[in-house]
Amino acid sequence: MNLHEYQTKRIFLDHGIPTLLGDVAATPSEAKTAADKLGGRVVVKAQVLAGGRGKAGGIKVAANSGEAQQAAASILGMQINGLPVRKVLIDPAAEIEREIYLGITNDRAARKAVMIASAEGGVEIEEVARRNPTKIVRQHINPLYGLRSYEVRDLALSVDLPRPHWETFIRVAQKLWEVYQQNDATLVEINPLVITKDGKLIGLDGKMSIDDNALARHPELEALRDHDVEEATETEAKTHGLSFIKLGGDIGCMVNGAGLAMATMDIIKLYGGEPANFLDIGGGAEAEKVSAALGIILQDPQVKAILINIFGGITRCDEVARGILAALDQIEVRVPMVARLVGTNAQEGRDLLAGAHMITASSLIDAAEKAVAASKGL
Amino acid sequence: MSILIDRNTRLVGQGITGKQGLFHARLMMEYGTNLVAGVTPGKGGQWILDDKVPVFDSVKVAVEATGANTSVIFVPAAYAVDSIYEAVDAGVRLIVCLTEWVPISDMLRVRNYIDQKEVRLVGPNCPGIITPGQAKVGIIPGDIAIPGNVGIVSRSGTLTYEVLFALKEAGIGASTCVGIGGDPINGTDFMDVLRMFQEDGRTEKIVLIGEIGGSDEEKAAEFIGRHVTKPVVAFIAGQSAPPGKRMGHAGAIVEGGTGTAIEKIRALEAVHVRVAKHPEQIPSLL
Repeated sequence: MNLHEYQTKRIFLDHGIPTLLGDVAATPSEAKTAADKLGGRVVVKAQVLAGGRGKAGGIKVAANSGEAQQAAASILGMQINGLPVRKVLIDPAAEIEREIYLGITNDRAARKAVMIASAEGGVEIEEVARRNPTKIVRQHINPLYGLRSYEVRDLALSVDLPRPHWETFIRVAQKLWEVYQQNDATLVEINPLVITKDGKLIGLDGKMSIDDNALARHPELEALRDHDVEEATETEAKTHGLSFIKLGGDIGCMVNGAGLAMATMDIIKLYGGEPANFLDIGGGAEAEKVSAALGIILQDPQVKAILINIFGGITRCDEVARGILAALDQIEVRVPMVARLVGTNAQEGRDLLAGAHMITASSLIDAAEKAVAASKGL
Repeated sequence: MSILIDRNTRLVGQGITGKQGLFHARLMMEYGTNLVAGVTPGKGGQWILDDKVPVFDSVKVAVEATGANTSVIFVPAAYAVDSIYEAVDAGVRLIVCLTEWVPISDMLRVRNYIDQKEVRLVGPNCPGIITPGQAKVGIIPGDIAIPGNVGIVSRSGTLTYEVLFALKEAGIGASTCVGIGGDPINGTDFMDVLRMFQEDGRTEKIVLIGEIGGSDEEKAAEFIGRHVTKPVVAFIAGQSAPPGKRMGHAGAIVEGGTGTAIEKIRALEAVHVRVAKHPEQIPSLL
């Protein structure tokens, strides 16, 4: 789960990381009030969980509160990468001497967190990595020992940070590690971290992603979730314990298990079809869950056929079949359905579905071919 | 021979007095696994599974009393990490953690801790291990696999069952099947299992089932190129997955353009691994 800039910077300030942060506004007049409160030049920034907001015109400098109001009026309601801008952040403008990048993420291959610094701040680190990889320096962090000050000094030296700033830089880096750990983050970035003309080291923008696996122990972070970034159906699926992602094709998929769900999408594509979604119903096979899953698939008007692929292991196929039948009592399905049940009690499951006007398939290939044909009205 | 588990495995189940744990403990025992103890704090002294298996308050006591050498963890996410540390410190040599939703930061600490010890962790968020005809530890259904000479290693659950079943239908058996789990930080990776299969006398061929996210498949490819002389067949799930979306498994996500299925397939094909277009093609490629 990603946090907005203003949410991230509030967390930075809570941990004592020097950060410029003004107020958030949802209307142009609120933006004016926020700018008046700060006085002088301000920056009006779209709060949207999409990359490239600067290029899209989502960041504007305003000389006074009147300009800030106008800037907010033009930014609020913009769509950036398909996401609506509902809030803007009004920050004091900084006089920048130099910009650097400082961030932490997980290095999966090394099984450690890694602090990344770059002498080139203010641009996306992925872009620097492509264009100028030698500008990026990394320091692994052993989770058992934490981040040592000598390790941060090495980074400071590598990004050519003037010595008078080292002490603050070390404190900022260690506080950033504290933020990362205490919030179960998978990414934190201060970009840019700037040296101002009056010689202060201060964060101007922040980015943070939280580990979904850890949200159960962070209700305060879960409360910050921006539901605009997920399809309404994805949110609904979550409440039923389903893992659902909309994809844009026309063959709805219902599968047990994430790997098998991906493999099912892949084989649909291999046989000339387009999957409408990823859907993992998990281990359970209760009628309520199956019914919710079918309902969510059918909310997509593009769906022309449904493929149900269940590998019965611990999940019994006859239970799933009963779930499907119960679901069919509750909702009307107007598109052809292909069901493939394999494994534990598969025959019982197939017998149960025989009377339900369902196309049955034996193998994965068979199921994919039949679903693709059905989606094309063949 | 086989790897990781066999007839000599002495298994202790952490959290097997709960409903799910008890259900699977019975299946493991019926399969022939030597389940010697259960551990649930506060329930020490009880007997479960038709009074055949004693329950202890701690793994340490269970190991001392029964000589258990392997642990399986059915404990919910909030307590699973504690259970892993407990099993490590009690001195078992293999820990299989099935629990899903373990926070990544916890796993980073666990991984860096166990790397200093003589212990192997498989999982978390995995279906476990089966050595057909000898033992199963975890939730892989016993009747979908037959004994044989193909070693299987996978990041997935039901997709692994699909492959085991397809092999069985084709009359092909497995030496051992290891589910390493779908999380970004886990205890055992492809390379670890490939090394064991390469050294195992019983295993003659290897099947690797990967998916999008991370670079474990690429590392496996590099290892295969250098050290694996046995034929390897692979399948990579998620070719049709969109970038930036977590596909069910916490680790199955294409980030910043890396971790795509196509990169993994190219890396594997470059070291002469035959990559199947879909799971049902695997038996014919072996």
